[in-house]
Amino acid sequence: MLEIHNLHASVEGKEILRGIDLTIGDGEVHALMGPNGSGKSTLCNVLVGNPAYVVTEGSVSFNGKDLLALPPEDRSHEGLFMSFQAPIEIPGVSMVNFMRAAINAKRKYEGLEPISGGDFLKLMKEKREIVELDASLTRRSVNEGFSGGEKKRNEIFQMAMLEPKLAILDETDSGLDVDALRIVVDGFNKIRKEDTSAIVITHYQRMLDYLRPDTVHVLMDGQIVETGDAELGYRIEREGFDFLR
Amino acid sequence: MDHSCGLLNGQRDRGMEDFARQGLPSRKQERYKYAHVAEDFAPDYGLNLRRLIFKVDPYRAYRCSVPNMGTNLYYMINDIFYTSPFATPELPEGVFVGSLRTFALQHEELLADYYAKLARTEVDAITALNTAYAQDGLLVYVPAGVRVKPTLQVVNMVRGDVDILTHRRTLVIVGDEAEANLLFCDHTVDNGTFLTTNVSEVYVGKNSRVNWYALEETSASNRLYDNLYVSQEEGSHVEFATITLRNGTSRHRSDFILKGKGSDARIMGAVVAADEECVDHNLLVVHEGEACKSNVLYKYVLDGRSVGAFAGKVMVKPSGQHADSQETNANLCVSPTAHMYTQPMLEIYADDVKCNHGSTVGQLDQTALFYMAQRGISPEESRLLLQHAFVNEVIQQIQLVPLRERLSQMIEQRFRYGNNGCGNCSLCK
Repeated sequence: MLEIHNLHASVEGKEILRGIDLTIGDGEVHALMGPNGSGKSTLCNVLVGNPAYVVTEGSVSFNGKDLLALPPEDRSHEGLFMSFQAPIEIPGVSMVNFMRAAINAKRKYEGLEPISGGDFLKLMKEKREIVELDASLTRRSVNEGFSGGEKKRNEIFQMAMLEPKLAILDETDSGLDVDALRIVVDGFNKIRKEDTSAIVITHYQRMLDYLRPDTVHVLMDGQIVETGDAELGYRIEREGFDFLR
Repeated sequence: MDHSCGLLNGQRDRGMEDFARQGLPSRKQERYKYAHVAEDFAPDYGLNLRRLIFKVDPYRAYRCSVPNMGTNLYYMINDIFYTSPFATPELPEGVFVGSLRTFALQHEELLADYYAKLARTEVDAITALNTAYAQDGLLVYVPAGVRVKPTLQVVNMVRGDVDILTHRRTLVIVGDEAEANLLFCDHTVDNGTFLTTNVSEVYVGKNSRVNWYALEETSASNRLYDNLYVSQEEGSHVEFATITLRNGTSRHRSDFILKGKGSDARIMGAVVAADEECVDHNLLVVHEGEACKSNVLYKYVLDGRSVGAFAGKVMVKPSGQHADSQETNANLCVSPTAHMYTQPMLEIYADDVKCNHGSTVGQLDQTALFYMAQRGISPEESRLLLQHAFVNEVIQQIQLVPLRERLSQMIEQRFRYGNNGCGNCSLCK
């Protein structure tokens, strides 16, 4: 599904990624771990095309397409979704209008007619229930006045609406209590299909317990320094990153 | 002037003298700092002194874009109140909506204490010029104790086969314990160069309510100098909103005098400008009475090479103790060639007041644009959603629900289809 070769990227002239190679197959869940500032979030932002990050070298292929040549919205249409570490508040834009714009943009890309009002509301209700998102939240402005937990739940709700092929969860577990985390991860597990892949950035064992990643990678100074199975994640939890330095 | 009436003629000399003494305002004058008056007045305009009637039936020729609100609909063509050959809408007893001149010819004594009293010719040259030349205009008269429920919608049409200068007058008198809702829609019919001066005086009686909404959808070569003076008695409420969606150059002076104890004014402005459009609001809110409340919110979205200006002063006089005032001006410059000048001001001469003021000028939020792009929303649609949301904050405060909803749609269409069409009619589809 995703093949990253020798990816280098910088922010404001400072090189953060220094040659990443990573391959993710259909239906695989990969966890990215690493100390703060090691480049995990940068990698995710580069994949979804955040204009603040500049790719200086390397290539990324997504289901056979040159991902880096696509604008961010087309990467989304191709099936890439990122759950933001700090979801953005958009005052005055209702969740309903925001989601309808997103769904219709995707449908347009796929050559389909815009969704009817009735079908859209039905879809919203169905997906809302998966992540137990309160109906009143979808009537409010995007993320405005949402608690930290509600914002994360809202991210997974949007993911449910857009049904991505590759989901990137950037510290979706941070700031969530045990119950909220379970709802979010259960939601994610319900949404994902057999061939849905995921990249999960986490610092916590609990996330690994719930998601059971196929592979765990450790990033340090912009490079993948270690790859292993879930046991690698548990070892980091016990011993820290020192044994990799 | 033979074609006017005693009431207006009586003030003409004073207007002329005051105008001659002051001349056209220059940019050195504080309240005309952002206007280009000399340029706007330079073309060789025609003046319709002999009151030739333009042959147009507005009910057939033109449909305003704020339809189906169950309003009482009236038309002003330049400065002439259009008398419909059909039945005019019914109004409660004693209420008059129509030609200022016609009413003044019969009941001058009822208007003598109001006409050209708030609009002081000695301090504003445009008001002086208007007073010197105005021959007619609109009068809305609501006697004490009468609440006019339907919205009185007045479509101001500017038209002419040559370039025209019009001096229009508006007088609104709402007695004590009374109510009126007014909606003004400014349109141009032809594409000539038009200059209109409009001076409005609004008297709001004790415990009365006036809701005043003004929507401008004119054209690139239209110039408007609009001076509004509002005086509020004790316990009165005013909700005022001015919305500019299309125009050429518009310069508004709006003075609100909160005279009576406990009166309040909610004053709003929404401006969507692009191309070479200019919108200049110069606002003065005076707290004269005790415990008055004012809330000012103006928001501009400027695209292209448009220019916006907002200068708003809230003044609390020594008598205005316990004033509660909030003034906000927020602006988005969505193109690098758009300009915004903003100047919120407070002048306080009382010692027990609560007054806030502030202004911001910014660009579209790049993080929000990226967030939306990640969800697949195109840059064009994201910009539209953000700009609409920005202006809509003003619109959502309008109490008149059907108007609020209609305006919200119109603003969306304005962003979606730009200055060139509505997306609704056969031409745009």
